Amino acid sequence: MPLWKPDPTFYASPRDAASAPPEKLAYVAAFDRAAEKPDAIAVLDVDPGSASYGTVVGWTELPYLGDELHHFGWNACSSALCPGSPHPHVERRYLIVPGLRSSRVYVIDTKDDPVAPKIVKTLEPDELAKRAGYSRPHTVHCGPEGLYLTALGGANGEDGPGGIALLDHTSFEVLGRWEVDRGPQHFAYDAWWHIAHDVLVASEWGTPSMIEDGVVGELLLGRKYGHSLNFFDLRKRKHVQTVDLGDEHQMVLELRPAHDPTKLYGFAGVVVSVEDLSASVWVWHRDGDRWAATKVITIPAEPADPDSLPPVIRPFGAVPPLVTDIDLSVDDQWLYVSCWGTGELKRYDVSDPFHPVEAGSVRIGGIVDRTPHPADPGRPLAGGPQMVEVSRDGERVYVTNSLYGSWDDQFYPDGVGAWMAKLDSTPDGFSFDERFFPSGDAFRGRRPHQTRLQGGDASSDSYCYP
Amino acid sequence: MNDGSLAALVALGAFHGLNPAMGWLFAVARGLQERSRSLVLQSLPAIAAGHAASVGAVAVLVALTRSVVATRAVAIGGGAVLVGFGLWRLLSRRHFRWVGMRISLWQLAGWSFLMSSVHGAGLMLLPVLTSSGTAPAGHDHGLASSSGSALSTGIFVTAVHTLSMFTVAGVIAVLVYEVVGLAVLRRAWFDLDRVWAVALIGAGTVTAFTAW
Repeated sequence: MPLWKPDPTFYASPRDAASAPPEKLAYVAAFDRAAEKPDAIAVLDVDPGSASYGTVVGWTELPYLGDELHHFGWNACSSALCPGSPHPHVERRYLIVPGLRSSRVYVIDTKDDPVAPKIVKTLEPDELAKRAGYSRPHTVHCGPEGLYLTALGGANGEDGPGGIALLDHTSFEVLGRWEVDRGPQHFAYDAWWHIAHDVLVASEWGTPSMIEDGVVGELLLGRKYGHSLNFFDLRKRKHVQTVDLGDEHQMVLELRPAHDPTKLYGFAGVVVSVEDLSASVWVWHRDGDRWAATKVITIPAEPADPDSLPPVIRPFGAVPPLVTDIDLSVDDQWLYVSCWGTGELKRYDVSDPFHPVEAGSVRIGGIVDRTPHPADPGRPLAGGPQMVEVSRDGERVYVTNSLYGSWDDQFYPDGVGAWMAKLDSTPDGFSFDERFFPSGDAFRGRRPHQTRLQGGDASSDSYCYP
Repeated sequence: MNDGSLAALVALGAFHGLNPAMGWLFAVARGLQERSRSLVLQSLPAIAAGHAASVGAVAVLVALTRSVVATRAVAIGGGAVLVGFGLWRLLSRRHFRWVGMRISLWQLAGWSFLMSSVHGAGLMLLPVLTSSGTAPAGHDHGLASSSGSALSTGIFVTAVHTLSMFTVAGVIAVLVYEVVGLAVLRRAWFDLDRVWAVALIGAGTVTAFTAW
């Protein structure tokens, strides 16, 4: 039954969202690389006043093996307040949880018992295949026509093209393929939008065969992974323009459009340049009546003793930063950049998006450094800051350490481990919360991937009003 | 048209104007996008025009039909349809999306027409239309059932209703844009779609009952 009043976690504007009360629970997707145990959603206590703060307090195991949970999202969010598609009386209560390897999609209800969410629906892979023609579902966004689910692969064993499936936001049935005209886009990864301008942006990783067994060296050096941004008309569902970042810029992953709905720019992270192993962040923007993209951050590779490197990068004698995730605070001021290879989490002041200013950096994990967490200084850590999530008020930043099963194994062959950390972020400071470091057995042998915060976070919602 | 019917017309107009989903929120959104109060004000007539077209179609149709078909049949049949429609609205969980966010005034009027039609805005006036006099007061020149005066009834009803809707929507849009702010949505946006559905069922029941 719908609510009588709008869900209190829906906000008309980014300013309203930024003044939201702090989250008390975090949901983290955790998967078992060996596929011997089911993947799970771990529920973490993130209320600093609670006795169980910083620990896993709930656990929802999935019924199958080998799903490989990756990204997930809320069924409804602030976009429900938009006037073109007003349905504010739905509830933000279900987590839509896709299995990247299995192509199954779970609908998990967090309302009745938020620390023990229940699976209420499972979409089998053939529903996604039959109705939308896709597989390997990746990113979930609640939007104007329902739930948008990006998918990396085609159906029925076809490798690609990937694209976006549309799901009904109350029945969770797959309604079909979102694109009317996909244009030249073949690779898929992330998609988000400028909702008030009817613009959708999509990024490119690779097809399932290019990623599922790890990064393929020849394809990478042959510049065969995705390197473009694709712009669509969100209303007509048609491809409008491709902006190619240049084929040396391999793997354009996370997209973070400005939250301010009057603004037409956003940030995209590029994992690696094959020319010098650097990573970069780009800002897309209008250039006359066309879209353009400008590189605004370059993070160089760090020289290293080849013997300390895994085989995949040994010939290069350097550690690539590998920017695998970025996140933009709701007030559009701070951009967080994960360098999963070097084990660094950088913070930039992006008040002027074309001239980011570095305003803080922490080190944890990393291929060579293995920097420990300050709460346990004697324990070297594998993995690096990977998925990064920012609270609505912008004061808390959560990171997890696993990227993707087979890639973890390549870059951290001695084991990626499992940890999660939290940073306190104020205009003057950016540092670890030493009380918050769930790790190792806390995740019961699984690898933590993406975090979603109760009531929404900086990468969940889009707003129609400034 | 008696005073009671007139009051009902005005009240229903106010109810329609009150609903954010009927258009005032769109006016506010357009204004906020461009930081322009005049854009808020410009949007309102387009929204009202779309609403009027939707309501007017029903009002004129009913007024014309009344002159040739027995009042009872229209009222009872219409009442049944209305109750059914209301129940469908109440039970249906579908949401409609006709447009994006960047639209012209013509598209806004079209959106308003479709939004009003699919919500049965005109149908809700059925009790007023079927129970009121056959012609508006002062226009009856002894030809009460002529189609000319029936048509003017329909237009009169539409005009009164729309004026009320326009006034309420306009006042709310400007208030929200200038003073209150959008935070009010979270506190005050009651699920008017459900109230709406109940109103449709109520209107249908009244229509059928009074005609019985």
